[in-house]
Order: sequence, then C-alpha cells, then structure tokens
Amino acid sequence: MSARVWRRPPMIADPRLRWGLSLAVMVYLILAVGSLEVNWQRVAEGLERGAAFAAALFTPDFSSRSADILEGFLESLAMTFVSTTIGLLLAVPVAVGAARNLSPLPVYLICRGFIAISRSFQEIIIAILFVAMLGFGPLAGVATLAFASIGFIAKLLAEDIEAMDPKPLEAIRATGGSATKTLHWGVMPVVLPRLVGVSMYRLDINFRESAIIGIVGAGGIGATLNTAFDRYEYDTAAAILLLIIAIVLLSEYVSGFIRGRLR
Amino acid sequence: MPVIHANGQALWRRRTPGAVLLAWLGWFVVVAVLAFSWQFISERTIWIFVTDAPSQGADLVSRMLPPDWAYTGRLWRPLWDTLNIATLGTLLALLIATPLAFLAARNTTPALPGLRTLALLVIVASRSINSLIWALLLVMILGPGVLAGIIAIALRSIGFIGKLLYEAIEESDAKPVEAIVATGASPAQMRLYAIVPQIMPAFAGISVYRWDINIREATILGLVGAGGIGLELMASVNVLAWGRVSMIFLLILATVLASEWVSARVRTAVT
Repeated sequence: MSARVWRRPPMIADPRLRWGLSLAVMVYLILAVGSLEVNWQRVAEGLERGAAFAAALFTPDFSSRSADILEGFLESLAMTFVSTTIGLLLAVPVAVGAARNLSPLPVYLICRGFIAISRSFQEIIIAILFVAMLGFGPLAGVATLAFASIGFIAKLLAEDIEAMDPKPLEAIRATGGSATKTLHWGVMPVVLPRLVGVSMYRLDINFRESAIIGIVGAGGIGATLNTAFDRYEYDTAAAILLLIIAIVLLSEYVSGFIRGRLR
Repeated sequence: MPVIHANGQALWRRRTPGAVLLAWLGWFVVVAVLAFSWQFISERTIWIFVTDAPSQGADLVSRMLPPDWAYTGRLWRPLWDTLNIATLGTLLALLIATPLAFLAARNTTPALPGLRTLALLVIVASRSINSLIWALLLVMILGPGVLAGIIAIALRSIGFIGKLLYEAIEESDAKPVEAIVATGASPAQMRLYAIVPQIMPAFAGISVYRWDINIREATILGLVGAGGIGLELMASVNVLAWGRVSMIFLLILATVLASEWVSARVRTAVT
C-alpha cells in the first residue's frame, strides 16, 4: 500500500480539457516557430550594428542635428496641444450624445458607433488616410490625433455621465431648467474633475503617438527619428530616443500629479 | 471665504481678487500656447492641398469601394505571421517579465540593494517606447522580417506585463506567505506555494489582455518592415491600390474584434 501523497491541484480541473489544451498549444508552437523565416546571416551582420547602437546610447549626439531635433520636438508638442484641444471640444458633445441617461436612442447609437470606429483603428492607420487627404505635414497628424482623442475622451466621459447620481438632474428639471441648464448646473460640476483628468491623460498619450505617426508622413519627431535611422546616424537616433523617454516620463509624472490633486 | 467690504456692505465673492487674476492669467497662457502652436502648424501646411480635401476624401472613398475581395487569398499568410508576432511576442515577454516582476515587487524582491531599482528601471524604459519604435530599431539590427516584429512586441510588453504583475504581487495576502514560511519552506518554495496561486488569475488576465493589445500593434509593425499584414498594407498604399487597402482594413478590423472577444471571454472566465 502506497503512502498518500499530496499534489497541487491543477489549474484546469477537467483532464481532457487540460491535455487537449496543452496539445493544441504544442502543435501551435511547432507550426508557428516552424513558419518563421529568419536570415541568420543577416542577423549576425546586424548584431554589429546593434552593438554600435547600444554604444551610441551612451554617447548621444544632440548637437550635429540639433536644428532638426528641435524642429521635430516643437512640431510634436504643437500637434499634441492643438489636437488634444480640438479632440476635447468635439468629445464633449459626443459624450453627452453617448450617455444613455441624457440622450434619445438614435443619437445614442450614432455617438456610440462613432466612438467604436474611432477606437478600433490604430492611430497610424488613421494617419495614412489623413495624409492621403490633407497631404504630408503636421496638419494630417493633428487631424489623426484629434480623431483618436474624440473616441477616447468621449467614451470615458460618457461612462462617467452614465454613472452619475440622477437626483441633481431631477431637481434641476423640477425647477423648470432647460436641457442646457441641466447640463450646465447638473452634469458639468459632477464630471468636470474627471474631464480634466482624462484630458491630461490623453495629452500624455497624444505626445507618445505624435512620436510615431511621423513614420507615415504625419509630421512630428517620428519623421526626424525615421530619417536618422535611414541615414544610420545612431548617435542622433539615440539622442532622440532618450529625449522621448525623458519627455514621456516627465509628462506622465505631471499628468499623474495633476490627476492626483483632482481626486 | 473672500469677502469684499465696499460702501459699508459685505460682498461675497467665489475667489479672492488675486485668485481671479491668476485664473485669467492661466487661461491667457493656454490660449497663447494654442495660438502659437496653431501658427507653427499652419506655417508647415500646404493649404492648397487642404482646400481640396473634401474632394480628395470623396475620391479616396470611391477608390476604396468596393474592397478587392480577390486579394484576400494573398493575405492569409501575412495574417498568420501577424498572429504569430503577437502570440510569440507575448509568450517571450511573459518569460522575461515574470521573474522581473518578482524582482520589482516590494514583498518578494531579494535583499540585494539596487536590484529592485534596476528592475523598475527596465520596466519604465520598456514601457515608454512604443512598439513601432522598437520595431524600427530592430529592423535596422536584425533585418526586416517576423523575428524583428516578435522581439519588438516582446520588448514593449515586458514593461506592461511586469508593471501590472508586480502590483498584483504586492497586493497579495501576506498570511499564506507566513503560513508557508512557518513550515520551514525555502524562499523559492514560499514564492511557488504562497504567491503564485494568489496571482494566477491576475497573471492569466494580464497575459490575455496584453495579447489582445499586441494583435492590434502587430497589424501595423509591417509599416517599418517588421513582418505581418502591415507589409501588405504599406505596399498597397505605396502603389495607391486603395481597393486592397480597404480589404486589409476589413481584415484587420475582423481580427481585432475577434481577439477582443476572445480576451474578454477569457478575462471574465478567470476573474
């Protein structure tokens, strides 16, 4: 008679499901890794460049392309400010439309549909379309970021409006307040802190995104970075990357600080 | 409470005169920054191209419709590559991020000074660089292809998974840890039997959530040459084959919605 041995309970209780799932994962991994086509010779050559880039991270070159870098960053910052403001101004009506407790069903569905479209595509894909429509340059970037900001801000704001206490609204309606007065005196005081917080958060995101949509021609520091890589100027590219990290950390800290103060 | 005394009457105000001035100054700065930014952008815009944007837009839509259905046959392989980039990238990130999270969590980090700071630094650096920039870098180093995409996705995900996982570890209940340690367990056994069972649901949720995000990101990595369906997208955009572009958009949308559905199902199942 063997001694009783304790075993840890398995994560998936049903043994058929457990073994079936493990088998499926194994088969997938074999197929997936098998379909990788890697040119090892190219990788070996590239490792040298990788080492050169890693070395460049410790000797970033801010000066030789300083005009381009400054121009790129100013463009990114300008795009960030303008697009967040436009996005914010347009997101407020969309959010009110997408709040079920304020809007009739047809308006609600249209606004929710718009939010869903704006949120399901990556910024860079929208940027391709706007570059085709508006031409190369920062204006296409502003349009892209504003479009993405509308969906983002409106969704969070609409959820906040839907979660609010209905009593103040009822009180204002009972005094004979119009729809605009209900919005101004009932909804706005409740959601304003949240709106400021969400906008700060989006400002932060828009700066990060402005650093990459330049790759498809929508302006900003991404274009400068792409050019630096194309010219194999590792130390300039390293300088730009370090600046991006620094600004992202700074803006994350500032927006976190402001959002913390609001709570 | 700011009260102003004038003509022998006490007048209540919402803000003191100084605060009012400061608020106006704040608004002035905001408007000035916006005006300056707009001017900056406007100088760099060719407005002639913008004035015909509505007709350009209408033209674009007419070229995109109908989508080039026959093109789908050539898209399955890039789509398979895209799924592999996201999945293998997430798995690679999990392998690296899990030990990293244990190093970064206050309650499981080894008593070695500086190690926790180093782990947190890795997490922050990974998180602040977009996967597309990682891809740009890796395509330069490893050459174009799926491998660069996988590693780019992994590098970006390490910070994300690491951060959420170490927060989950820090939030875990200390009592099971105490109980296991009281039986004489080694530090490794303590982590395996006291911490791991507690964070397992969070671990599964975080992984699937990041996998879902990675599917989205993997669809565009091809724009810089890192494999997947983005390569086809860039090729179609460059030759202005807008019917193919809209077909790719439809496929991307379907993939993203499917992965979102899977991720939502798994997350409700584990939590």
